[in-house]
This record gives sequence, structure tokens and C-alpha cells, in this order.
Amino acid sequence: MSENNDSILTVNDLRISFSTYAGEVQAVRGASFDLRRGETLAIVGESGSGKSVAARSIMRLNPEANTIVRSGEILFEGEDILKHSERRMQGIRGPKIAMVFQDPMTSLDPTMRVGRQITESLRKHLGMKGRQAMERAVELLKLVGIPNAEERVRQYPHQFSGGMRQRVVIAIALSCDPQVLIADEPTTALDVTIQAQILELMRELQDRIGTSIVLITHDLGVVAGTAHRVAVMYGGKIVETGTVREIFYNPQMPYTWGLLASIPLPTADRSQELIPIPGTPPNALDPPKGCPFTARCPYAMKVCGDEMPDRTTFSQEHWAACWLHHPMAPKVVPPVRVRGQR
Amino acid sequence: MLRYVAKRLFYMLITLFIIISITFFISKLLPGTPFADDKLTPQTRAQLFEKYGLDEPIPVQYVKYVFNVAQGDLGNSFYFESRPVTEMILQRAPVSAFIGVQAVLFGLVVGLALGIVSALRQNSFLDTAAVVVAVLGVSVPTFVLGPLMQYWLGVKLGLFPIAFFESWLHSVLPSLALSVFVVSTVAHFVRSQMLEVLGQDYVTLAKSKGLSGLAVIVRHVLRNAMIPLVTVLAPLTVFLITGSLVVEQIFSVPGIGEQFVSSIQVNDYSMILGTTIFLSALFIIALLIQDILYGIIDPRIRVIGAKE
Amino acid sequence: METQHRDLTPDLFESIEIDSQEGERIAGPPVGFWKDSWIRLKKNRGAVVSLGLIVILFLMAFAIGPLLSQYGPYAQDLSRRYIGPSAPFWFGTDEFGRDMWTRVWAGTRVSLYIAFLAALLDVFVGVTYGAVSGYRGGRTDNVMQRGVEVLVGIPSLVIAILAMIVFRPGIITISIAIGLTGWVFMARIVRGRMLQLKGQEFALASRSLGASGTRLVRRHLLPNSLGPIIVNLMFTIPSAIFAESFLSFIGLGIQVPEASLGSLISDGASKIQTTPYLLWFPAAVFSVIMICFNLLGDGLRDAFDPRMRK
Repeated sequence: MSENNDSILTVNDLRISFSTYAGEVQAVRGASFDLRRGETLAIVGESGSGKSVAARSIMRLNPEANTIVRSGEILFEGEDILKHSERRMQGIRGPKIAMVFQDPMTSLDPTMRVGRQITESLRKHLGMKGRQAMERAVELLKLVGIPNAEERVRQYPHQFSGGMRQRVVIAIALSCDPQVLIADEPTTALDVTIQAQILELMRELQDRIGTSIVLITHDLGVVAGTAHRVAVMYGGKIVETGTVREIFYNPQMPYTWGLLASIPLPTADRSQELIPIPGTPPNALDPPKGCPFTARCPYAMKVCGDEMPDRTTFSQEHWAACWLHHPMAPKVVPPVRVRGQR
Repeated sequence: MLRYVAKRLFYMLITLFIIISITFFISKLLPGTPFADDKLTPQTRAQLFEKYGLDEPIPVQYVKYVFNVAQGDLGNSFYFESRPVTEMILQRAPVSAFIGVQAVLFGLVVGLALGIVSALRQNSFLDTAAVVVAVLGVSVPTFVLGPLMQYWLGVKLGLFPIAFFESWLHSVLPSLALSVFVVSTVAHFVRSQMLEVLGQDYVTLAKSKGLSGLAVIVRHVLRNAMIPLVTVLAPLTVFLITGSLVVEQIFSVPGIGEQFVSSIQVNDYSMILGTTIFLSALFIIALLIQDILYGIIDPRIRVIGAKE
Repeated sequence: METQHRDLTPDLFESIEIDSQEGERIAGPPVGFWKDSWIRLKKNRGAVVSLGLIVILFLMAFAIGPLLSQYGPYAQDLSRRYIGPSAPFWFGTDEFGRDMWTRVWAGTRVSLYIAFLAALLDVFVGVTYGAVSGYRGGRTDNVMQRGVEVLVGIPSLVIAILAMIVFRPGIITISIAIGLTGWVFMARIVRGRMLQLKGQEFALASRSLGASGTRLVRRHLLPNSLGPIIVNLMFTIPSAIFAESFLSFIGLGIQVPEASLGSLISDGASKIQTTPYLLWFPAAVFSVIMICFNLLGDGLRDAFDPRMRK
């Protein structure tokens, strides 16, 4: 595991489960990744891959009552966050690590004015008071591109559109200049044009303020223009990781191929089929023994179902866990569409 | 916002009107001549006949009736020397009001506390106990609870007086009996509201801002959970009305309810109908207040207006 | 990180046929809506116990109770007044020497009759009104809803009281009085459901196949509304029982010498200082019925709620 000195956040072998009526749901089964200063790391995966749970674990926002941390550590500022007391976490959430949520329609308190929702953080963490806090809130609204900020700051969430609300959420998240921003599917619930705006906004803010971003998404299209590095997650595990170029131009794992192949290309003509990945994600109550993708992998071999493959490193940033890289495995050529993606 | 209030007021008036009409027609259906009381002098009787138009055709009587009611005149008691019903009701109102309001205040406080605590400590012993109490409280009716309390707290333990209304102590048992239902309803409602709110995204966002647990609860959870509490006002008013009938019977409290029940037993139709109108009006006003309050408290309605 | 593997032989690297169906396999066998709800209901211990108790009470009231009593509910015998609970008078006797055991079960029967009749009426009127209003939509709905707005302001028990004053109290009149005043709530629920289902795809599909309005409502929309209807029914019954008992308590319900739980409780309450057992037994039976129906209603509501599905 390359420990990079530039890493601001390191997740090592994280295993998180939930205890439910039906049994233990293993949501994250040994995920490891790290976030470098000033970069955007995209964690890509389908619903059920465990990416949201992993992200929330960084902020310890999973429901206390039934969340079990089976093992692993999350290193931030030299300490393991998982061992922090709730008190210390409250000091970290907001000023050090902040989060943007998926559904802007439900992320804001409907009965509290928008300005106040921003100043709550400012008051608690930066000690600002009254007018000073409100002025800063207005500044933040302007920063995220909300027109008429002075008026808007006194309005309620239902007076904003979806895209606007998401900007407010971003403003709240950035209000205390956090080092890390976790964006959990920030654009999934928005229209495509608004999506582009929000992503653009996040890029700009990163350039200006230098926040490191963990971007959770299931949409590779979103990844392309925004991320520096990518971690592909499936069945609770990270199966491949690398820079954006490496993942897009030289993917090494069948699941990644599948993801890339299923993106509809605007340049493609109708003769090229859309290739979806058949099947559904594995059952988290009873996860498969070996590689989680076995059941849906067109290149599956006997060993895939029995044991989890080791990682094979392809470059300093690029590794993948797949039995196809083992010397004893047959040579496999990735499908046409995946080679040389433009 | 103003439109909203006006609309509600309008419906309220219509409903009231319908009730008045119903009571009028019922009064015509009931047997017995009004003012059969021997103690009336012929002049007074003639006056009363004139006032209510009892010699005239029905439509005219109807109009006179509605007019009278609108001015607050609910007729005269058949039983009690033709005393005005309105006066008799208002005379007893303070007693009923006192017991009722006391019950509601007590019930609200206890119910809120129970509901909030049980939602925050879900599945704990306290939570289960609260749920059990809530179910019992709404299932065991006041006319069972009342006598039970009379027996245990009043007779056996001798803690409180069990009849009449001579001191504040006399109001304890009746209010307590009434408050059980209030506690249960409020606790149940508050608990489910809290649970719903606790599962909302904006609560997670509040936590992600690094706010303390207490701040999250007080500033975000409580406010959103309590707003719908206003809707409990109407059913509670209904309960208080019917409950007071029961409680005043059991504890021999001289309130409106007790008077109503005895008027039923002696077929004092005037009193019965008059009280009906009074109680209905009370309920309708409570509904109106509830609707208006809700409009004020919920910013979603207050600020933009419409959306119901 | 190198993990220890067992010895890897070349044959392990042969391709396996992936069963694409395997990938699509959903964990657990599919169950229909009713079966699934039933399973979930069974997990709720309170509801299950309540269901059991209700069945027992029914049996007691209609079969076992009468079987085990030797005396009729009206049989007076002044020589055995005010006997406390003991054999053979399990519940004691009242001021006229009547056997309380028989009277309590007779009272339970009456209360249950009335409650069911009233609930039936309630459901019938409520469902019809709500279905018409919701399905028709537009102007019809508007008008009907205004009617509801007005009706909702009339406190139902007060109207029931008035009705009982005008018409002589009897089992049928009481049922009608209670049923006729409570249907508004059911109408609202059904209407809401209609509006919700109307726009869903299966309704549109059915209509595009030529189904007429009433057919659509009868065959598709109503069955799909059964969930909320049943839940509401479970709450209507205790409220009807309560209403009847309340009326009896203030003297407008079942008259002597007939017995209903309400009149028995009323009678017992007045004698609580001397012969409390006259209150305990009918009160206990009454409370158990109320609690059980409420718990069952709660349980059913949770069982039918789609949001709680995993």
C-alpha cells in the first residue's frame, strides 16, 4: 500500500457492517484508498457497492445503533478517526471534513432560514457572532453563485430550486474551509444541465480554496471531467484504482471494462450496441467468497469464485485485483469499445 | 395567508349553520310542548311565544331561530323555570373549563416529555414502557379510568376527594382522569413524529456540521417534529367535550357536561339542543384555531401561501 | 499485501460458464403482497397476541360464555343479590340477583354486534363516497370534498347523541347513529388512495385495454386500497364500541334490562364503593377489546406499509 506523504486521508482495510433484523449486512469488506492534498478522488460503483457507507464512515455519520466497525482504520492528521470520541468528531465535522449530500430537496431543514443554516457552523466553529456571521453567509452564497444573496439569505429552502439548494448545501459544507470535502452523489438528483453547473462549481472552488474532494458517484461521465484519481468499488471492496487517464485508457479489470462499455457515447452511431452488465450486485447478507464480481463476469474462472485475487500493480498509482493478471491465467483482450476510449 | 384564513372561516360558518339547522329540525320533531311549565304567567308565556314565533309557520320560526342563536340566545330551559339556556351554560362554564384546561396542560407536558424521551432512547425499557402507557391510555376509556381512580386514589388511599367541587383538590382526580388520554395521544404522536424526523436527511446534514447532539435535537428535530402537534388540537377538543360529560358525572362536578347529561334524563330539549350548539361551536372554533395556527407555524405555508 | 493462497493449479484458471440468470437471482423467494404482509404481521408480537385475544373473546362471548352459564341474563332472583365472585357466579350477581357472568358476555355480544354494524356502515358509506370522489376527480371531487370539509366540523358523538334523542334507542338505531357519523375519515383515506392509484401505470394500462370506470375501480383500484381500508376498519371498531358504551353511560344507549358493556360499566361505576366487582369485570373485558383492536390496527398498519420493507 503506497503511503504517499501527500495523503491527507488514508483508509486502510475498512470493514463496516450493519446489524439488521435479517442478519449482518456486510456493506464494506476491506476497502483501502487514500486522498491526496488538493486532488479529487472519485469512488465509483453501483448502488449497493458500499461507497456511501464508506464515505459516511469517514465522518462517522452512520447510524450509531446498528453500525459495527469490524476492522480497519481511517487516518486523518496522524490519528485514527474511528477511535475518536464523539466530542472530537464534532470538532472535525465542519472545519476539517465536510459533506455534501445527494438529495438537495431533503438535505436542508425546511423550517429554518437558509442563512441561519449556514451561520450555525460559523458560530460554533469559528466563533463568529451576529452580523459578522450573516455577512460571511452572504459572501458564501455569492461564492457558490446564488444571485441576490442578501435577500436570499433570509429565505427558506422551499423558495429555492433544486440546483440552488445544492449550491446552498455546498456553501454550508465549505463555510469553515474544510480540508476535505466528501460529495456523496452530489449531482445524481439533478437535471443534466444543472449537474454540469454544480460540477463546474466544485472544480472552481477546489482551484480557489484547495480543498481535497472525495467524489462518490455511479456515473463515469461525471468522473471524466472532475476527478484526478479513481477508485472502483464493487461488492464492498475496491477492485481497481488509478489516475483518470489510466482508468479510462488502460482499465485492467472486467468490471471497469463493463462500466466503461456501458456509457452511451454521443459520438457513437446506432450500430454500436449499448453493453450493460447483466445481473445485480451480490447479496450483502451473504457475500460471495472470492471476487465479488464473479457471478457477472464474462471472463470468470474457477478460482475467481474460490478466492479473492491479489493486487497487481501496473504503475505507481494503478493497481487492480483480478485473477486475469495471474501468470497462469489465459490472455484476455478487453472488448473493443474499451480500448482507446476517447 | 389571509385567503387561507378567510376560507377556513367560511367553512366554519357554514358548518355552524348546518348544525343550527339540524338542531332546529330536531326540536320540531321532539314531542312535548315548550313552556309547559305551570309557573309561567300568561304574559310571560305570550312573550316567549312571540319571541320564538311558536304560533307562526315553520319557515318563519326557522329564521327567528337562526337569528336568535346568532345573537347568542339559545332558548329557554324547559325544566328550570324557563331560565335562558345560554345563561345556564355560561354559569357552569368556568368549572368545566378549569378542569379541562388543567388536564390538557398537564397532559401536554407529560406527554411531550414521554414522547421525546422514548423517541431518543428507542427500544430501551423507557421506550417500551412509554408505548405501553400510550396504548393503554387511548384504549381504556375515561369512564373506566374515572371510577378506578376514584376507588384507588380517592377511597382506598384517601388522597383526594372524589366528588363535588369545593376546592382545587377536588379538581385533581377529574383532571387526572382526563389527562390520561391526553398524555397517551400526545406521547404517541410526538414519538412517531420524532422518529420520522430523526430519519431525515437534514438531520444527518446538521450532524455533519459538527453540531452537538443536543443542538441538533433542539434546533432541528424538535422544531420539525412539533409543528404537526397542532393537529392534535381538534381531536383533543372532541375528547375534552365528551370526556367532561363522563368525568363530571362520575365525580359529581357541577359543570356543563353534568348539566347536559341531566337535561337528557329529564328531556329538557331546549337545554339539550342549546348545549349541543354550544359544544359544536366550541369544536368548530378549535378546528379553526388549529388550522390558523398551523398556517402560522409552518413556514412552508406562511411564506409562500397555498400548498396544503 | 500478499495473502496466503492454497496451491494454485492450472485447472483453476479454466473459464466457467456464468449463469446470467444466477446474476439476476434475487435473494429470497418472491412473495405476494398479502403473504408478505402476513409474515411481517406475525413478527409483531403485540399484534399477534391481540389477534389471539380477540378470537378468544369472540369465542367466549358467542359460544363458551353462554355454554358455561346456567342462568339467563335477565333472570332475576332477589334472594341472591350482590353475591361476590364465587362459584357458580363467576362474576358475581347484581342488585337484582342476575348472574353477571351471563350478563357480561351478553353485553359483549351486544357491543360487538353494534360495533360491527356501525363499522360496516361506516366502511360502506365511506368507501363509496371516497371512491367516487377520488376516481371522478375534477368538479365532482371538488364538490364532494367541500361537503367533507363541512361535515368534518360536526363532532360526531354530539350528532349521535342527538340522533338517539330523536329515535328510540335500540341496537339498530345505535348502530346507524354511530356508523353514519364516522364515515368521513374512511372517505378521506379511500379518496387519497384513489387519487394515488389512478395515475399509476397499471391503471392506465387497464384503461387503454378498454376497461370502463366502474370495472377499473372494482377490479383494480379497490383491491389495491384494501390495505388502508382494513387498517382503518381495525380502528373504527374500537371507536364504535367506545361510542356505544359512551352513549350507554350517559343513558342514551342500551336500556335496561338489556345489557351492553357500556351500561354494565355505568352501573358498576355507580356502585364502586360497595360492590366494585360489578365494575371490574365488564371494564376488564371492555379494555381488553379496545387494547387488542388498537394494537392489531397498529400492527396491520406497519405490516402494510411499503416503506418498511427491506
